[in-house]
Formats: sequence, C-alpha cells, structure tokens
Amino acid sequence: MTTRWFGAPVQRVEDDRLLRGHGRFTDDIDEGALECCFVRSPYAHARIVSINADAARAVPGVVAVYTAADLPFGGVDLPLLIPHPNLTHGRTQRCLASERVRYAGEAVVFLVAESRYIAEDAAELVEVEYEQLPVVITPEVALEAAHLVHDDVPGNVAAEMLQQKGDVDAALKAAPHRKHLRLRFERGAASPMEGRAVWARWSASERRLLVYDSTQSPTSIRGGLAVLFGLPESSVEVIAPDVGGGFGPKIMLFYPDELLVPFAAMQLGRPVKWTEDRQEHFTAVNQERGQVHEVEVGFDDEGHVRALSDDFIHDAGAYTPYGIILPIISAAQLPGPYRISNYRVRFRDLYTNAVPTSPYRGAGRPHACFVMERTLDAIAAELGIERVEVRRRNLIQPDEFPYDVGVGWQDGNTVVYDSGNYPELLDRALQKLGPKPAGDQVGMGIGIYVEGTGVGPYEGAHVQVLVSGKVVAATGIPSQGQAHATVWAQVVADELGVDVADVEVTGGDTRRFPWGVGTFASRGAVTAGNAMHVAARMVADKARQIASDHLEAAPEDLELVGGRVSVKGSPDRGIPLGAVAVLSNPVRYAFGGGTEAATQFAARPRPGPPLQDGEQPGLEATGYYSPPGSTWASGCHAAYVRVDPKTFRLEILKYVVVHDCGRVINPLVLQGQIEGGVAQGIGGAFYERLAYDADGQLRNASFMEFLMPYATEIPPIEIDHIETPSPLNPLGVKGAGEAGVIPVGAVLASAIEDALHVPITEMPLSPLKLYEALLSS
Amino acid sequence: MRVNGSEHPAPRDARRLLSDHLRHDLGLTGTHVGCEHGVCGCCTVLLDGAPVRSCLMLAVQAEGHDVTTIEGLARDGAPLHPVQQAFHECHGLQCGFCTPGFVVSVVGLLARHPHPTEQEIEEGISGNLCRCTGYASIRRAVTRAAELSR
Amino acid sequence: MKPPPFEYHAPTSVEEACSLLASLEDAKVLAGGQSLIPLLNFRLARPQHLVDINHVTGLDRISEKDGGVAVQALVRQSAVEDSELVARVCPLLRDAVRLVAHRVIRNRGTVCGSIAHADPASELPAVLLALGGSVTAVSVKGKRVIHSQELFKGVFETSLRPEELLTEAWFPASPQPFAIHEESRRHGDFALAGAVRAGDRLALFGVAPTPVLAERRDPTQGLEPSADLEATPDFRLHLVRVLTERVFAA
Repeated sequence: MTTRWFGAPVQRVEDDRLLRGHGRFTDDIDEGALECCFVRSPYAHARIVSINADAARAVPGVVAVYTAADLPFGGVDLPLLIPHPNLTHGRTQRCLASERVRYAGEAVVFLVAESRYIAEDAAELVEVEYEQLPVVITPEVALEAAHLVHDDVPGNVAAEMLQQKGDVDAALKAAPHRKHLRLRFERGAASPMEGRAVWARWSASERRLLVYDSTQSPTSIRGGLAVLFGLPESSVEVIAPDVGGGFGPKIMLFYPDELLVPFAAMQLGRPVKWTEDRQEHFTAVNQERGQVHEVEVGFDDEGHVRALSDDFIHDAGAYTPYGIILPIISAAQLPGPYRISNYRVRFRDLYTNAVPTSPYRGAGRPHACFVMERTLDAIAAELGIERVEVRRRNLIQPDEFPYDVGVGWQDGNTVVYDSGNYPELLDRALQKLGPKPAGDQVGMGIGIYVEGTGVGPYEGAHVQVLVSGKVVAATGIPSQGQAHATVWAQVVADELGVDVADVEVTGGDTRRFPWGVGTFASRGAVTAGNAMHVAARMVADKARQIASDHLEAAPEDLELVGGRVSVKGSPDRGIPLGAVAVLSNPVRYAFGGGTEAATQFAARPRPGPPLQDGEQPGLEATGYYSPPGSTWASGCHAAYVRVDPKTFRLEILKYVVVHDCGRVINPLVLQGQIEGGVAQGIGGAFYERLAYDADGQLRNASFMEFLMPYATEIPPIEIDHIETPSPLNPLGVKGAGEAGVIPVGAVLASAIEDALHVPITEMPLSPLKLYEALLSS
Repeated sequence: MRVNGSEHPAPRDARRLLSDHLRHDLGLTGTHVGCEHGVCGCCTVLLDGAPVRSCLMLAVQAEGHDVTTIEGLARDGAPLHPVQQAFHECHGLQCGFCTPGFVVSVVGLLARHPHPTEQEIEEGISGNLCRCTGYASIRRAVTRAAELSR
Repeated sequence: MKPPPFEYHAPTSVEEACSLLASLEDAKVLAGGQSLIPLLNFRLARPQHLVDINHVTGLDRISEKDGGVAVQALVRQSAVEDSELVARVCPLLRDAVRLVAHRVIRNRGTVCGSIAHADPASELPAVLLALGGSVTAVSVKGKRVIHSQELFKGVFETSLRPEELLTEAWFPASPQPFAIHEESRRHGDFALAGAVRAGDRLALFGVAPTPVLAERRDPTQGLEPSADLEATPDFRLHLVRVLTERVFAA
C-alpha cells in the first residue's frame, strides 16, 4: 500500500466550520422544537408517596407533563447492555421513577413546554411527596450492608468474580517478603464541555422518526428506539451531529431522555428538544472510578513479584445498566506490563445510592494502574531498591509476545498482549525526563501501563467514488473531537490514490451507515479505521476491474495514483477515477467531466446483460472489520513535581510521556489525544472529586466547586512515541484515545510521596489531604 | 443592540440570557453554553470589544452595545480570522465546543497584548475550560495567532 | 438553569434608582451581575425586582479623592486593573483586583458590586478593610458614608439597607509596604484563605463570616473558620499563619 497520507500530520478537515461557529451540535438544532426539563429526585434514597403535577400542567406554555403512569413503557426496566454470568443481580432503572428513587438526580417527572424557562418554572410546581430511606454511599458502606439499595439484592452485591493464575497462596507463602496495601480511588466525572442533548421529530405522514442525540453510539440508539416504538429500523434515523466531547458517559444508553424526547415528539406532533444543564449533568450522567483495593504482594530480595492477590470492591452506583465491564477491566489490566506469574483477583460490584457508573476515559484502568504502581513503589521502599529498577526487573520482555496474562478480558477472551516493547518505553521516558531539578520537596514519579484497545465486535464503512472523482465515506461511529473525518480520509485517500481533501467522511449518521457499535474503548482507529481500509481497498479493486476493460490491461497491472487509474509505468494510459465511476453504472446520466472522459472509452461489447452476475452498479463498496482480539497499547509516564511544604500547592515541573499505539495515522491528532488525556488525569488526581455526603448529596455539583483544571493548572507535556505495530489488523494500529489519562494518578502519587515522604494511598489528592497526611505521619 | 454589525431589537422577556438570545432568537449558535454559571467560558462573546460571559448577562443589558460573536470574526467565504487560522494550524481544538469561547477570548487578549508574554497567554486563556486538548495546543495557537496578526 | 421570572427596571439616574429601591418590595441591584446572575440561574436568588443600574449616568469614574482612590459603582474591575491612577495611588487595590476571578469576569464585574456582595472569601472587601476605606450609600433619604469596619456584618451581609445604593468605594492610598497573598485551588478561584497587608495593618479573608482585621503576631486569635470541601478549620488557621508570614516577608 502507498503511504502518502498515513502517518502524516495532516491538519484537520473538521476545523473550518467549528472555528467559524458553524458547528452543528444537538442544541443548535431548533426548527421550532419544544423544550423540556425534568423533576429529579432531591433524595438519594426514598419511596415516592405521591406525585401531583396539576399545577405544572396549568402553567401557560406547558405542553405536556409526563410521569411514569403516563408512559406506555413506564413499567419497563431500561436495558442491561452487557449481561454477564457473574452479574447475578443486575438491576436497571425505569425511564421515570414511580415507586422508589435510588440516587439524587433520578428522573421522576418530564415536562415539555414552549421554552426551557417555562419548563423550569412549571417543574417548581410539581409536588412529589417522598418518604426518605436510609442511604448507602461509598462502596465500604455498601459492603457493610446495614441497608440495602435494592431490597432483593442481598449484601448490595450485584456481582462477584474471582480469577486466578498460578498458585497464589503457595507463592505468597514461599515469598521472602510480603506486603499488604489498602488503596482507595474515589469517583470522578468525565464532564465533557457539551452536556447531553436529544432532539427528535416525528413525521406522521411518512411515519419516520428523526433523532439527533449527543451520543457515542447512534446505531444502538436507533435499534433500541425501533424496538420500543414498534417501527422497522429503516423508519428510525439517529444522528450524532457534532458532539462536544464524550469521554465515556455518552456511550451509556438509554438515558431516560433518549426515550422520552422521541416519545414526546411522536405524541405531540412537534419537534422536541431536551438539553441538559450543567447541574443535572453532575447528578444524572454516569460517573466512574470508585474502588477500594486490598492488595497482598509477595516478592523476593531483588524485588521480583512472586505473587499478587487483589481483592477489591467497586462502586456500581444505584444500577448496573452497563454490566460489570469496569471491574472486569480493572481486574484484567492490573498486572499491566509486569510479569505476574501468580495472580489472583476478586471483585465485588456493590450497589450504592449514587449515579450509576459506566466507563469514563480510562475505564477501570487508572485505578488498576494506581494499585499496581503503588505496589511496586512499596516493594522498592521495603527493599531500598530504586523504584525504576524494581519496575525494570518485572517488565515483560519484547521477545515474550504474544503474552498471555491469564485472566479474562471484556470481550470474553483472555488477555493476550499482541505486541509491545516495555523496557524501551521506560528507557526513553527516563532519558526524556533527565536529571532531577534541585530543591527541597521535589519528587520523581513514574508509571507504566498497558491498555487493551480496539475491542470488537466490529465496525463497518461505506466508500464511494462519485462521478466528480470526489470520494465519500461513512461509518457508524461518531466523533466527539477525535478527528475521525481527517484520519479516515487519510486511510481512504491512500487506498484510492486521491488527495485527502477529496475524501468527505461522515460518521455517526444512520442515514449514511446504519450498522456499528460506537466510539468507546479506544477502538475507533482499530475497528472503523480498518473497516475504512477494507472498504476502500474493495473500491480500488473494483476500479481496477472496470478500468481494465477500457485500458486493455490486466487489473493487476493498474494502479490508483493522482485520482486516476493508470497502467503501472505508463501514466498516460489512464482514466480518471470519476470516469470509472461513470462506467460503473450502465445508465450513464451524469453531468460533467467524468462523463465526457468516459465517452472516449466506449463500452466494449461483451456478451450477456450490462450488469452481469455478481456485479453491482456504482464505484462503491461496504466493508467490515471485526478484530480477532484486542490490540494492546502501552506507555510510560514520568514526572518531577514540587510540593509547597506549607501550602501544599502542587507544581508539576516536568511531565514526559512515551507512548506506543502501533502505527501512527496522524501524529498531530495523536499528540492532541495524549495531551488532553494527561490533563484529564491531572484533574482527576489533584483537583476534581465528587464529594458526596453521607446523605448521598453531591456537594460540589458545579464548575465552581468541581475543580476542572484551567490552563494555569496544566503544565506542558513532552511526548515521544515508539511503534510496535499490531499484528492483528491490516493497518497495524492500536487505540490511543484513553492512553493519556491512565497512569497520571499513579505517577503523581509516586512523585508526591517522593517529595513529601508521606505514604500516598488514595486518589484524588488535594492540599488539604496532603496537609492532613503530613500531620498524621 | 448591534450584533456582528447588524441592529437587532432586544427580546421582550427581560430574564432571557444573552447566550440564549444569541443562540435561539438570532440563530447565532456558534456561541455555546457549557455551564450557565460563568465558569467554563464557552459562551464568551465580545461586548464593545472586550470578552464577557454571555450567560452572565441578560439580553436586555446588551441594548445599546456592540456584540461580536464567533460568527462575526470572519465572514462566510472569507479567510479565517488570524486567531481562527492559528487554532487550525496548531490543532487547538478537538470537539470544538469550547472553541468559539477560546477564540473570542484570545481575540480580546491579543487586542490588549499584541505581543503576549507566556504569562499573559496563560492568564489570557485561564478563564476558559477545555476538556479535550489539555491546553498545550491552545497555548501554541495563541503564540501563532500573535505572529499571524502582525 | 434559567433565571426565575422577575420585573426588570433600568433607571437612568441615581435618584430614579433610589426611588425604585425605596418603593419596590424585594428588589436587588444588578451591576456587573457576575455573582448575582449565577445565583439567578441556579434559582438560588429569586428577587421580585431587578434594578439594573447599568444605564445610570455618572457612576463610572475612578478619581483621586482625599489622598486615596474613589471608585464609582459602575467601574468595572478591569478598568481598575488598568488604571494608572490606581497603580500610582493604591497599587494594593490593583494587585488585589488581579486576583479576582479571570479577566473576562473582571470585564463585567464591578469593584462596588464585589464589596456589596460581601463574599467572605473575596479579596476586595478585605482590601477595603485593611486600608480602612469606606463606601458611600445613597437612598431617597440622603447620603451616608459607611466605614469599612462598620460595613461587613456576616456572610453576604452588609450594613447597607435594602433601599440604599452603594455608589462609591473609597480606598485610601496604600501605605508601604503592602502585599496580598491568597491560597486558592485553581488560579482565579475564591480563596481558601487570604491575607492583605497595608503597612502594619493585616486583614484576612476566607477565614471568618466577614473579612477581619488581625494582629501580625497572633493572626489566628479568635478565628473560628468554617469547613468546606477544600479546607478544614485547622487547615485554614495553618494557611493564615503561612500567608501572614508571607505578606510580612514582602
């Protein structure tokens, strides 16, 4: 394959309209839409005694008020997306609660009005009588099971899973040293700048439903809506237009509004729109990260890990719509780049009276990495060996791939690393980090991680050459800023020998491509990227086939270069791709240059009908890619920090990243992904937290108190790459979307511990926590 | 009020936020709404040339003032404004939701400091949140924008 | 997050504003709006009437007065930040204003509004107190001057009466040496604790229901700071000692 575009820092094709303010986000779509708001539970756990919405219904401008009793699907449990045999007590919420609310923010009443202002006025008039119930908040409290989140879930345990590789008990017993650690990671929030939003229009005459949704998976939304409303899928179209960041929670479905907005549009015969505000984003959008780990590690005098046993509890929140993917990932990713021959991991997934959890960028990995790296630091401290050295001694070596970790993965397979070079990552990172700056309270931190990316089951792509010679391509997955339109264009342009500017990509629009899974789990480049490659190659083959008749040359002697199909070595003997597109359709009706060019090549008579068996009109193809297993990206982060010994303000003096995601499609885009990921990691490690009180109230549900970093809090990040191509897919790529965030907590914990000489056992940190840790040590 | 050079009547409803008025009454949806409490900066517009939060102003308060939104920086079909061009060149945007607020803020910053120091850049962009880029590319874009503006 | 309904008034003179404030029940003055409008958007404030003073003429001057600086009610914080007069006469005020939120907020927010709002963690009330400044309040009954030590009464509470409009804040010239230091989580956030030094005087903010004057030798004496997500009372007292040391090291 020619690699003209693949690997080049191509500037984004998405930028122009976004920079001019011509982006099209869901809330930008109006068309006279009614606007909505919710009445949400103010209590984390309560029984609903009564709901009276009469006064709200009477407000001028209010068009409809729905309670569960008003919905034909009011008694239906929302779907459990990923069932698992170990999820013995999976529970999901209903669209609107009518009997019980299990988190503050759970939707109870849905109001539709002429404007959001009126809807909010009316919502204040809805009277809901609650009888408060005991609240279960934090996984530790859930484990005590003094109170239950669900009456029929004993011990609050949604799921339990135990996995073992080797003989952990024997190895622990035989190990010269043992260490126990208790490590805690609090909840965090993705907080994309655009909250969630849904717009819907029902066309009664055509019986068609059109939905715009700020989602990471429009294809799944479409499938669900079709079933719920009893429509053929072809009557439902779902589009994720420009989406203002996702980072995980927008892959969750169905949020109640995703059903209620289309339902109201069908009922009321007018377009309906709901746009989440920031306050409700904090209390009604899925969160992540809450885990508590109890680690027992056995190691020898040289710091080699002989056995690792981890028993952790995971904060599921009030429901398990997303199954147990998060703790499964944590369990699987905990050993990371290290050779752990004897590994046992048990988790219990526990219900709490808080917003449900589902993946947020990193998805189970930042906590797993934190636990593993804290454990290695503890070993180093115990033995008096350099932290870097302990890591080096335990790393899986480049000649050990494919490497079987021996535990289960989220796709049902076991974890088998496809390729990598972990010692090289470490060496390069140290080299980049350089010598430690002078000064007191300066600490060094380091962390290495592995990330399973590119999970299946599949994605598809459609690629078509138009008679103009331009190319259109579409895939089911939407972009939330990852520059899909640019990088898919690079992949397609290489196969078709056209300029990247001549390829127009659409993602996340079921009108253009109806099948697919979604944008999550760092899977876009692997799944949709390879699907684009497959489809584009099919188109190229077809172009060669069609052109061969007209150029009187064998297809294998033809090449696609410069927007033409021509005979290798004789560029004059060629035909523009647009002309091939004209020839591909026996009805030649096209306007323009393509037709004129094609007429020079009168169709050669051949026996049989114009379109012969197996032939299809159009220079187009639909291709799919279904990965045989995950691709395993990896990286090493290292940092120097300084902590003010009196105010405990954190200053990150230097932060370096060495990253491996296989072959790089676009280094500019990749750099942006890493830089952004690290910034989110820094936010989650030192600034942001979700502060629930014992009553289950989130006490900092605003950007004033949920401290997302500004530019002033984020240092420059120095980035380097190595490339160990994945042997599993044609492009040799691995995912990169989540990489930046994963080890940041581990690195900063290590660095701050080194700077202040206080044990760091939890995330996130803050000046207050450091002050108190120092006082108590 | 004058918005991007054209006169518009004020809304009838006094409580309507300027951000909502621009977006939903005037159709200028490039101004985004990210928090409605003045922290994120997505809704930043120029009021008489200085960046302000349009979610922290009532639309009626803009009467008699000049409002410039992202749509007012470069006319359709015209080349990008130097700040927009710099964001493009430096990959200073990903999802694009915070972008109009950043671009407008940087226009305001460069009006005050045509040759900004590192610290002036830092402070100039520190009133806007971005969840995608980690700010590094935005810093680079400001430096580039200053070059392009010369 | 949309403001609740209210009646909107846009007086064009101080007299008109004062007569509105005198006659309206439950009225709130809207100046820069950078604190009030978020409260409206959260529906944490729901006044029946908003008296928007932005159209009042003759309230937008910074002037030298009685050896200090007088800042009128519609002077934006950014204008104070950029004022050569302020830089010359009261550089402490300029330094303090730079710590208020971000420039984009200061472009709209007013110095007098910040003082009238009386957020205990806010810088400008503490500066006024440290300097021993005063404010002018006008109502239909006349004008009165309130000394800073008589102004701040509690969390978001001042001795201004509901019918009074704060028309001017007067900051004495900053004595040498002066300094303001604060500890906040992010650049531009409200302070966990802060200290202002004006010569030998010390004022603290963020550590009591109002800004307070304190003694350099024992700055935490009598303080009972509140707890929140980012600081315990103990941590606040610790920060007070650290910040006091730093402003006096300047």
